[in-house]
Amino acid sequence: MSVARFWRKQQNRYNLIGTHCTTCGKYFYPPRAFCPDCRRDGKIVDHQFKGTGKVVTYSIIRSSSGDFKLLTPYVLAIIELDEGSRLTTHLICDIDKVKIGMPVKRVFRKLGEEGSSGAIHYGTKFVPA
Amino acid sequence: MVGIISYGAYIPRYRIKVEEIARVWGANGTEISRGLGVYEKALPDMDEDTITISVEAARAAMARRKIDPVEIGAIYVGSESHPYAVKPSAVTVGEAIGATPVMTAADYEFACKAGTAAIQTSMGLVKSDMVTYSVAIGADVAQGEPGDALEYTAAAGGAAMIIGNKDPIAEINHTCSFTTDTPDFWRRENKPYPRHGGRFTGEPAYFKHVIGASKMMLEKMGTKPSDYNYAVFHQPNGKFPVQAASMLGFTKDQLKAGLAVTYLGNTYSGASMVGLSAVLDVAKPGERIFMTSYGSGSGSDSFDLTVTDVIDSDVFDRNAAPTVSALLADKKLVDYAVYAKHKGKVVMME
Repeated sequence: MSVARFWRKQQNRYNLIGTHCTTCGKYFYPPRAFCPDCRRDGKIVDHQFKGTGKVVTYSIIRSSSGDFKLLTPYVLAIIELDEGSRLTTHLICDIDKVKIGMPVKRVFRKLGEEGSSGAIHYGTKFVPA
Repeated sequence: MVGIISYGAYIPRYRIKVEEIARVWGANGTEISRGLGVYEKALPDMDEDTITISVEAARAAMARRKIDPVEIGAIYVGSESHPYAVKPSAVTVGEAIGATPVMTAADYEFACKAGTAAIQTSMGLVKSDMVTYSVAIGADVAQGEPGDALEYTAAAGGAAMIIGNKDPIAEINHTCSFTTDTPDFWRRENKPYPRHGGRFTGEPAYFKHVIGASKMMLEKMGTKPSDYNYAVFHQPNGKFPVQAASMLGFTKDQLKAGLAVTYLGNTYSGASMVGLSAVLDVAKPGERIFMTSYGSGSGSDSFDLTVTDVIDSDVFDRNAAPTVSALLADKKLVDYAVYAKHKGKVVMME
């Protein structure tokens, strides 16, 4: 990933900045610039998510590549944030402890790096709350 | 008066027993543990480093007190394991707590006392009204060469102190430093592990500076060790701080609350600040804290603090972030092979 491409999403990844449609009340993460329901009537504003939610579903990854090879086995989960938006994320958790409905909270972790001399990318992952 | 507005600590979940490290190198683990006064040490997860530890510690401090992040005018991160040789850790912390862009930031390095040097810088900025709040962080993913004595204790963790002068939870009555050019421990450019002078790290290095700074503080404040409820000394192992305390006339009871090293290891730049965090976890209004850090190279920063009523008031919520003892209790033990993978000692093809 290019340095500029990651940098543009930095605030979203560091601080869970998404968007909120003040017309219908829906929250979006990753952020949407346009409300798919309200369309031209929608008014979109930035929203910082609280960073708490629950596990909707998950998968245990036992074989991976690149930056993720050394992390196996790890949990990839769909998390529903308390505000209602869902995201796919790395859930840092013992693989025998993960459960659907489990409450989780955000943590700040390394997402990857461009080799040993490249940029390091940071952002949000989740842990059991 | 200038003081600590809030504080937070972070310790990764993973631990390895000193006995397990000794097993790999054919040494007597029981004897080494007892000799060092360290039984386990913390190690980072695969995706943790000094920046992630610093962010988690800073967020814990922000969680305990309602502080508008735009009022934070400075962030300093002290560490000897900054992930980048050139690119500050402090800016990532600033971005992650919402303090950017109207702030100054820099990374510090002074072996194990870079975090307390950051507190002193923060005090200067606050006292001169240049900033409202300044964040001082000491954090490390400490390096120790495989098989070297340092490997038994070099650990991961850190703490953040938000310094300001509006209703601090602990007033900093005074700080002073004792510094000389003493080559007891160093790491050269591009080298992955530090080297040290063995026994030389004790008498002419740790003890000379810790005792020097502490005596200066007692003299300046006109106090004696019994005037303090708690004492925190840099804790590279469980033995040195106990000896330093005894040489100065502090008791084991005064040390107990802030002696985190026994099941944490030496978190280098984080060590004395994690100890101070552990004391602030339990301290009551009116109690007095004595702290002296030590950084190889060498220097010591001494602090005299008094806990205020604010620590028990509605504006401060100690329970909003985990205590040091809670962080130490939430652990997962690993063997040396997993430890080697987590510490990057297993080299993979890029």
